[in-house]
Amino acid sequence: MLRLYDVELSSRLLLGTARYPSPSILTEAVKASGAQVVTVSLRRESGGERAGQGFWSLIRGLGVRVLPNTAGCHSVKEAVTTAHMGREVFNTPWVKLEVIGEDETLQPDVFGLVEAARILCKEGFEVFPYTTEDLIVAERLLEAGCRMLMPWGSPIGSGRGLNNLFGLQSLRARFPEVPLVVDAGIGVPSHAAQALELGFDAVLINTAVSQARDPVGMAGAFAQAVAAGRAAYQAGPMEPRDLAAPSTPVIGTAFLA
Amino acid sequence: MRILVNGASREIRAADLSGALDELGYGGAVVATAVNGEFVPATDRPAARLTEGDRLEVLAPMQGG
Repeated sequence: MLRLYDVELSSRLLLGTARYPSPSILTEAVKASGAQVVTVSLRRESGGERAGQGFWSLIRGLGVRVLPNTAGCHSVKEAVTTAHMGREVFNTPWVKLEVIGEDETLQPDVFGLVEAARILCKEGFEVFPYTTEDLIVAERLLEAGCRMLMPWGSPIGSGRGLNNLFGLQSLRARFPEVPLVVDAGIGVPSHAAQALELGFDAVLINTAVSQARDPVGMAGAFAQAVAAGRAAYQAGPMEPRDLAAPSTPVIGTAFLA
Repeated sequence: MRILVNGASREIRAADLSGALDELGYGGAVVATAVNGEFVPATDRPAARLTEGDRLEVLAPMQGG
């Protein structure tokens, strides 16, 4: 079982809810993914259209936990204020904390992230920090009170997979007891399987599912990949070698030259 | 008075945040509010006085990654 803060989850796939072709496809994709946690956001609501009310009703109907994000926040103050607003609307202490430092890569501003995490943890939030694979930033986030980390695979929406494999492996090795969820950049199920094979506890995926030609089919494919990756990690993958090693026994080979 | 509601100028009669939300069509909606960049919890809305030129943000659940 995956444990994030005090919640036990059987699914190791967390799913974003943005950019689906329709609400019904979103609903079906969540079901096909088996995800028990979905990310949500807050945006301006028009008193006339009240579009957010319908979306919230749809999400509540799914019976999953919600993880409100602070997407689009570029400063500590914006992120902290958005977290407060999300806690009230979604009635959860969970927050996916994003403090964006740069618009082209959506790279986290790790300095602002640590500062915001410290404030929010003190206020009783259970912070899911969207961070890089940097070990010292990870230490600071844990010192600030985070009890899990969400390192990026590669930039949000890029679909590039695990961009810095060595860095991610170092992070896993350095913090063996901390739940680590690879968030962002996963493009295809093999990327997700790879993350789980390396011992990451879960993955958070959005664009790779919502922008697939068939999001529901892709959600199912990711569910299988995550399960396979976890099973492989538990089974203990072989060590890679530089040269070939015959798999068929050499002893007893016939002399036929 | 005129205030900015989600970036658009609006004329309202109510003097408090709770009344303004009703007047602007948010009655009963699940929303979070901020005035001039500061979060105003739902329980504080009836006592939150609005003044000319205030910036009101009204946010609701939306899709997110």
